[in-house]
Amino acid sequence: MLSRIAESLFWLGRYVERADDTARVLDAVMHRLLDDPGTDEEAACRTLFAVLGVPVPDSDEGGCDAQTVLSALGFDAGNPSSVAGAWQAAHDNARGVREVISTESWECLNATRLALPAQRRQARRVGPHAYLRYVRERAALFSGLADSTMSRDDGWLFLTLGQSLERVDMTARLLSVKVLASPYAPDWATLLRAAGADEPYRRTEGWDSDPQSAARFLVLEPLFPRSIMHALATAERCLAELAGTLAAGSSSRRSGRSQTQVLVPSARRTIGRMRTVLEYLDADTLVAQLPQVLKDLQEACLLASRQIADRYFQYGTPVVWLRGRDS
Amino acid sequence: METLVLYVLDMADVFDAYTFSQAWDEMFEAPGMPRRAYERVFQALEHLDPDDLRFRAELVARAFTDRGVTFALGGEERPFPLDLVPRVIAAAEWDVIDRGVRQRVRALEAFLADVYGPQTIIAEGIVPRSVLLTGGGFHRAAHGIDPANGVRVHVAGIDLVRDVDGRFRVLEDNARVPSGVSYVIENRGIMAHAFPGLFAEHRIRPVDDYPARLLAALRAAAPPGVRDPVVVVLTPGVGNSAYFEHALLARQMGVELVEGRDLSCSGNRVRMRTTAGEQPVHVVYRRIDDEYLDPLHFRPESVIGCPGILNAARAGAVTIANAVGCGAADDKLIYTYVPDFIRFYLNEEPVLENVRTYRLDDAERLAWVLDSLDELVLKPVDGAGGKGIVIGPQADEKTLAKLRSTVAAGPRGWIAQVPVALSTSPTFVGDRFAPRHIDLRPFAVNSGDDIWVLPGGLTRVALPEGALVVNSSQGGGSKDTWVLADARRPVARTEDDAEQQAPPPSVVREAVADRQAGPGLAESAYQLQQ
Repeated sequence: MLSRIAESLFWLGRYVERADDTARVLDAVMHRLLDDPGTDEEAACRTLFAVLGVPVPDSDEGGCDAQTVLSALGFDAGNPSSVAGAWQAAHDNARGVREVISTESWECLNATRLALPAQRRQARRVGPHAYLRYVRERAALFSGLADSTMSRDDGWLFLTLGQSLERVDMTARLLSVKVLASPYAPDWATLLRAAGADEPYRRTEGWDSDPQSAARFLVLEPLFPRSIMHALATAERCLAELAGTLAAGSSSRRSGRSQTQVLVPSARRTIGRMRTVLEYLDADTLVAQLPQVLKDLQEACLLASRQIADRYFQYGTPVVWLRGRDS
Repeated sequence: METLVLYVLDMADVFDAYTFSQAWDEMFEAPGMPRRAYERVFQALEHLDPDDLRFRAELVARAFTDRGVTFALGGEERPFPLDLVPRVIAAAEWDVIDRGVRQRVRALEAFLADVYGPQTIIAEGIVPRSVLLTGGGFHRAAHGIDPANGVRVHVAGIDLVRDVDGRFRVLEDNARVPSGVSYVIENRGIMAHAFPGLFAEHRIRPVDDYPARLLAALRAAAPPGVRDPVVVVLTPGVGNSAYFEHALLARQMGVELVEGRDLSCSGNRVRMRTTAGEQPVHVVYRRIDDEYLDPLHFRPESVIGCPGILNAARAGAVTIANAVGCGAADDKLIYTYVPDFIRFYLNEEPVLENVRTYRLDDAERLAWVLDSLDELVLKPVDGAGGKGIVIGPQADEKTLAKLRSTVAAGPRGWIAQVPVALSTSPTFVGDRFAPRHIDLRPFAVNSGDDIWVLPGGLTRVALPEGALVVNSSQGGGSKDTWVLADARRPVARTEDDAEQQAPPPSVVREAVADRQAGPGLAESAYQLQQ
């Protein structure tokens, strides 16, 4: 697989997941703001920007309210951290790898991108929920089409790897909203619903569970696909498979990479170590340690992403001519 | 009573205002009288009302937009308009085109093998050396490169027009990187969705095996000694207006779509950079012009090519398709000599004639052409996509004056043609059908053993009324092009298909297991009964 294509697929997976998860976060936060007029809207919105790592946009009034959040994090197609921007970025990556993703998946991405402006106009009239729901549904459609129409080759592994890493990062940030800014944050039930986890949680934990078990569920539940533990395990499996197939495929090449480096790529170690830390964590005290754990998770994602790029996405930058020194 | 009459009129009026000119009309022999090949299409369309047609037109446009089959015009993404009326070519007519195009490609191949080898045609005095050497498409760098299976023009697009007598003539040859085949494939798929009924009533020869034929031809062109050649499609990148086509061909052939930066060349070997290290490449189907392909030989500032690839081709380690230097054969001045090539190399008479064309190489003729600019079509010899063409009868005095001085200053750069009244075909415009001029680009794939012409090709429509230049960059659209199968022969994709007999249903039933159904349906049927 071409390195350039591998990188685009990795980011395609990340961006679709980011659009999906950002829509989920926004939906939960907006729900809370509308639900409780007593919330300090300004502070709640600024916190959200901080958690998602996006600078608060400058506005004439200098304020920051639900509208600011929706414009910048929902509708701004130029910002890859917003719902519309992440989708646009997913589309742009897919465009460069048209020949490796199925036509159905591509049409889903492209048709959605074209439909977003109309959806946004509608959202200005009837509120953001339908818009955010639309994006979530289309992300699910994309995942379903990719799942049923793509061969499980290296391309699939890079797509899934990107999706899993982004899911770890975004679920951590969803929890950060609650952990770092509890007074403005949605209640646990809304957060669980945002992650699509409310019903599986009830089935696992029952009705008389304490609120903190919700955090445990979103972080540690190995059977729930949107939990951090599950996403980490998926990412780790992808990396292991990639290391296997690519090491086998490259046995004939001449480059002098040492055997151990090929067998244990460092991204795999980063992800594996993080998963192990979570597995041996004292579940009862998880909530107390949660802020640190969430920060570690986000940093591990960042590091792993860099390591993956170093290991697999090494290809030539566009050729440019250098003028010789003696000419 | 009155309402009824109006209603009937309304039903018929999509063709009512259809006007006839001197040009050959593809659909009608005379007003209200469709040609045989079009009878069923006409019957189907005349019963549709404008609303229905508009709905289908929107359906078609929407399908293109969703697939991203668009080109950018003024910053807006627009679908390449596909007209609702197919262009139908009867089997006998196609036979002429098929033979003519294959003959033409054989002659172009022979010419290229000659000019990049012994150059007998110059020694024989059929083409002046100066004409060959001053052509922009002739590259000395390609001299002496022997293609593996003797093929240089792996893919050719021969543009045809139909004159007032209904004869097909060659308007120009495209032997470098002819594009548009993706529209042929997409148009067919989308038309089948918009008019399912029409397809059932015709025996249309399929176009979707083009990628398989192309891949076979590319593999056949691999360097000697390579048992399982790796084929790639080389694209300038997503910014290119034909990127969609590059991706479609790579996807349907199942090969990598690479950009220049994905390739590296050292020791005359071309490799691509993959996640598992560098992998060898044997055949490069390039969709990049010669000038940008190899900065070592051509434009040094090109960053979309692969430095060193031409030397690798010369060393016989990689095949470039189409070969470098094919432009020598599709220069518009060389075009005027192609009928002579057919006689010289093949010892045959041309099946398809050229459009009447004048070279401006003698002073007397040049003077006559300069005097008659308002009656002629002037074409720059290296213009692509209809660029720079001046249609005398439609041009104003100022344009003609400017043309006169440009042509007088550089007559090598121009040819003059007698205007052809391109044939017309009904095209859906607004809420009715109106005649618009069309051309045809059949695609030929040369595998070395055989030249195969895709049954169909790209029919382009000049959408502005009366316009004679058919090109997407100049307000052009396209039509699905149907080549009808010979009634005596089955429509078969491959010979295997034709030979296979379907077993009777009883045999099929024996060959499958019983199907199971779970609980659920019986219960609701029970409720329905209650």
